[in-house]
Amino acid sequence: MGTKSVDDLQRQLQETEALATSAIEGASTTAELAAVKQDFLGKGSALTKIQSQLGGLDPSDRKAAGQAVNASRSGIEAIFGRRLTTVADEERGVQLAAERIDLTEVSTVNDQPSGHAHIVTQAWEELEDVFVGMGFRVAEGPEAETDWHNFDALNIPPDHPARDGFDTIYVQHGEPRSTLLRTHTSPVQIRAMLAQEPPIYIIAPGRVFRQDTADATHMPVFHQLEGLVIDRNISLADLAGTIEAFTESYFGAGFSSRLRPNHFPFTEPSAEFDIQRPDGSWLELGGCGMVHPNVLRAGGVDPEEWSAFAFGFGIDRLALLKFGIDDLRELFTNDMRFLQQF
Amino acid sequence: MKVLLSWLREFAPFEGEPQALAESMTDLGMVVEGIETVGANWDGIVVAKVLSLRKHPEADRIQLVDVDAGEGEPLQICCGAFNMAVGDLVPLATLGTVMPGGLEIARRKLRGEWSNGMICSESELELGQDHDGIMVLDGSHTVGQPLADALGHETDTLFDLDIEGNRPDALSVAGVARDLAARLGIAFALPTPSVGEVDPPASERVGIKVTAPQLCPRFGYRVLDNVSIGDSPPWMAARLTAAGMRPINSIVDISNYVMLELGQPNHTYDLDLVDGKTIGVRMGRDGEMVKTLDDVDRKVTEADGVITDGSDRVIGLAGVMGGASTEIGETTTSVVLEAAVWDRMMIAKTSRRLNLRSEASTRFERGVDPFGIELALDRFAQLAVEICGAKVATGAVTFDAAPISQPVVNVRTSKVNHLLNTELTSDDIAALLAPIGFTATPAGEGTLDVTVPSWRPDSSIEEDIVEEVGRHHGYSKSGKRVPTPTQAGGLTPAQRNRRRLRQALLGAGFSEAMPMPFLAPGDLAKVGLDVEGLALTNPLVAEESILRSTLLPGLLKAVARNESHRIEAVSLCELGRAFAQSDEELPNEFELIAGITSGYSPEATAAEVAVRALRRFCADLGLSGVQVDNAAMPGLHPTRSGSVRFRGKTIGAVGEIDPRVSEAFGVSSRVAWFQLEVAPLLAALESTPKFKAISLYPSSDIDLAFVTPNDVAATAVLRTLQSAGGATLRSVDLFDVFRSDQLGDDCRSLAFSLRFQADDRTLTDDEVAEARQKCIDAAAANHKATLR
Repeated sequence: MGTKSVDDLQRQLQETEALATSAIEGASTTAELAAVKQDFLGKGSALTKIQSQLGGLDPSDRKAAGQAVNASRSGIEAIFGRRLTTVADEERGVQLAAERIDLTEVSTVNDQPSGHAHIVTQAWEELEDVFVGMGFRVAEGPEAETDWHNFDALNIPPDHPARDGFDTIYVQHGEPRSTLLRTHTSPVQIRAMLAQEPPIYIIAPGRVFRQDTADATHMPVFHQLEGLVIDRNISLADLAGTIEAFTESYFGAGFSSRLRPNHFPFTEPSAEFDIQRPDGSWLELGGCGMVHPNVLRAGGVDPEEWSAFAFGFGIDRLALLKFGIDDLRELFTNDMRFLQQF
Repeated sequence: MKVLLSWLREFAPFEGEPQALAESMTDLGMVVEGIETVGANWDGIVVAKVLSLRKHPEADRIQLVDVDAGEGEPLQICCGAFNMAVGDLVPLATLGTVMPGGLEIARRKLRGEWSNGMICSESELELGQDHDGIMVLDGSHTVGQPLADALGHETDTLFDLDIEGNRPDALSVAGVARDLAARLGIAFALPTPSVGEVDPPASERVGIKVTAPQLCPRFGYRVLDNVSIGDSPPWMAARLTAAGMRPINSIVDISNYVMLELGQPNHTYDLDLVDGKTIGVRMGRDGEMVKTLDDVDRKVTEADGVITDGSDRVIGLAGVMGGASTEIGETTTSVVLEAAVWDRMMIAKTSRRLNLRSEASTRFERGVDPFGIELALDRFAQLAVEICGAKVATGAVTFDAAPISQPVVNVRTSKVNHLLNTELTSDDIAALLAPIGFTATPAGEGTLDVTVPSWRPDSSIEEDIVEEVGRHHGYSKSGKRVPTPTQAGGLTPAQRNRRRLRQALLGAGFSEAMPMPFLAPGDLAKVGLDVEGLALTNPLVAEESILRSTLLPGLLKAVARNESHRIEAVSLCELGRAFAQSDEELPNEFELIAGITSGYSPEATAAEVAVRALRRFCADLGLSGVQVDNAAMPGLHPTRSGSVRFRGKTIGAVGEIDPRVSEAFGVSSRVAWFQLEVAPLLAALESTPKFKAISLYPSSDIDLAFVTPNDVAATAVLRTLQSAGGATLRSVDLFDVFRSDQLGDDCRSLAFSLRFQADDRTLTDDEVAEARQKCIDAAAANHKATLR
């Protein structure tokens, strides 16, 4: 070949570039572009054929010819790349418009909502967590309890007038009036003492029963939390400090507590404990005191070696207070609209 | 217990704001539940002198009164009363005064004459009921002086106290005053009434015969003659009213007044109506009757204490209520006045049996001061002389069943300081106890002998004394400290896992319900259980007389309740205890967990919903090996229910509730249900699953569809495949069930996907083919299943 051949090649390249440019600009989809790319840059393309002819050129021309082919290829690729971006953007625009969803149309009305824990359970577990954080363990006892654990062992002998106040529900089991539905969580104190040696730091949340007609502040079934601490040198100050630490932890900063004298058969000295809200108002919360020596003895604990305090309060009431509910019966309607609120 | 501040002040000179006194009482354990101002406000009412009386020119029923109210100029008042004379001192409500009844006094014209104030009657001042004319003041008073100052009148404060059962002493004004005075460090004194007496002595007028000394440790009486009965004076009526008692007549009112003041209930008999002039005390006899003061005929039993007359007839129920036959009336002139101490338990039993609680029985039940009898009798006699003109027969007669001694408690200073976290000395302790009547004398190194006062029957052991020291020292002085347990706090694995069980149900869309655990008698039968539930001895109502042995009735009632409120989509769960009969000391008590759903998935049957929920629950907890087998379970749809088996035991049921059962509880929709025993689940959750290395080699999946007779459970085929697949079978899942005419009515196609994988190599095609064939052969051999 001679110079003519190089010129010829240049002409071929120009033609090819012109055809390619026209084809690329004429393609309007990415699929068409892919076909065009195959036609002008692929294995069977004119450009590839020209490239295969380079070997037949005069060695002195070969370099220049090679550069010319590469330049053509780069030029076509650049045009192709620009066109592809444009076409792809257009296609994406069409796709996005077609896929538009109005998120505000989404409805959950037919979905099954997730379940909610009962607010008594929520309060119960929160209380457990607070006391666990203070080093307490959680003790349990039966709901159907012996008369002895519920009364005698707690320094309330048979015929004691205090028994009247408990409105006990008895169960037909064993001797008449030997089995009852526990009227308070205090029998768990006795069970804990009989089950383990002091020191003892326990709480006992649980369900309790009274023969009460349901009204805004009474239910025949409700929930209490009992606390018992037996150790050496436990005093009224330990009781007051424990109540205070619990108050701050459960109710939050700005809440404090006080003890004032009261009477319970199972504690001596006895106290009521009140919580003071940040606004200065008081909330009567529960009963407490130093465990009566007769109760310690019933649990097999020597009152000369160990001293103890106990406290108890209602869980349901805390749930009511937390959510601003003024009628205890609301808690137990089992109405989905109530349960799903919290 | 309601007490007036003015009454408290008769025992100790209390000063300061009522609010501060209330705080002290509360801090002593006598909780003040209310503070109320009582008594008329006389601000603006002054003493005025009548200067002249003139006829009203236009009216006959009004006269013009010129008064000197201390302002220099005389004031003209129009007055409708005519019972005053020139020179009399009268109360004048000046212009601007708001009368106790609410009327505001303004200058106004009456028939053309100005009236510059109002001259007041006793009733307008709320001093009494007397409406006959205006009040003319006795004695000499300064004109213009505020009337309240002139008459020593002040408004009063009424405290409403909550007295605990261990403080019978505080069920009296004197007892409250004693405690409060001790706290405030001021002097307290009981009244010392002096009674003029006349012969013959009381012991000759009325005899006493006590044949039940165990019932009556002490009995005392006086005899009063010449009693004239009428209304009690306004001050006494006002105090009784404030305390919540209705004034009746002077003798009954004095009786109540003395009880409220001193805490000693007492009773009066019309002596002329007491047959044989003898009072007897004995136990009742079955068959005896007595008409009590409330006009009810009551049966007497051998357990009741009774008062009798000379003919041994019952004339009263000891310590609970007197009899109608000897009741004081308007014509009564001679009175036997009784003050006694009764056995606490006997009074409690009688008043409980008769459901008859009186102010007296409440005090006797809690324990009255056995040595308070004499003072109460004297105080009564004194008031009866003053108010009723009574003549008092010589002597108060007392009967003592046995000498009564006060307990002496040995108290260690160290015990006091240990329990109270204080550093009190023996002297400090004695000084705190002395004002409330506990006398402490040194009894050796660091100990005191403390004699309990007779009015504190609740105190008998060292800790009781510690409480008294603590009360008067102040609980707040014990301080606050947090004890430091040497153990770490925490939940037991069972307690933690119980929370997981509940959480798993919540995650599956069940909200937690809390139905009452009480059932109506037929409820268990209604849900297909023929066991007899554990019955309550004294249920509040028959519908709540059985303890549940399953959670089904409670939750089904909850669904019915929601349905009745047009809430059709319901999903509830419960984790709670149930009960069954047992031969042990206590009934069998066990925990159950259950879920109930209706109305959420219209495209699936309730039975499917139930099984899916159960599977999801188990998967959430990582419990593998929970099997469902088709079985008719009590209360469930006989062809849509299954037993739940776990580790070789049936632990529950799953499926659709029998529509007949749902209907019986008022539920019209189809209801999904499952219930499991909690104990086996907790036991399983105790063990922690061990890590299994994840194979790095590729897995091979194959699908197998079998035509299988309808009566072969899909899970049975699945289990066969599981065991036939060999060690490299990783999972088997039923992914499709297909029925068609071609397959016929008796069969359906079950399609399973199986995944094989080895831990140590890539499985060859031959190995997978071999396992596949074993599965096909086993299904054919065991279930007549043919590969499609």
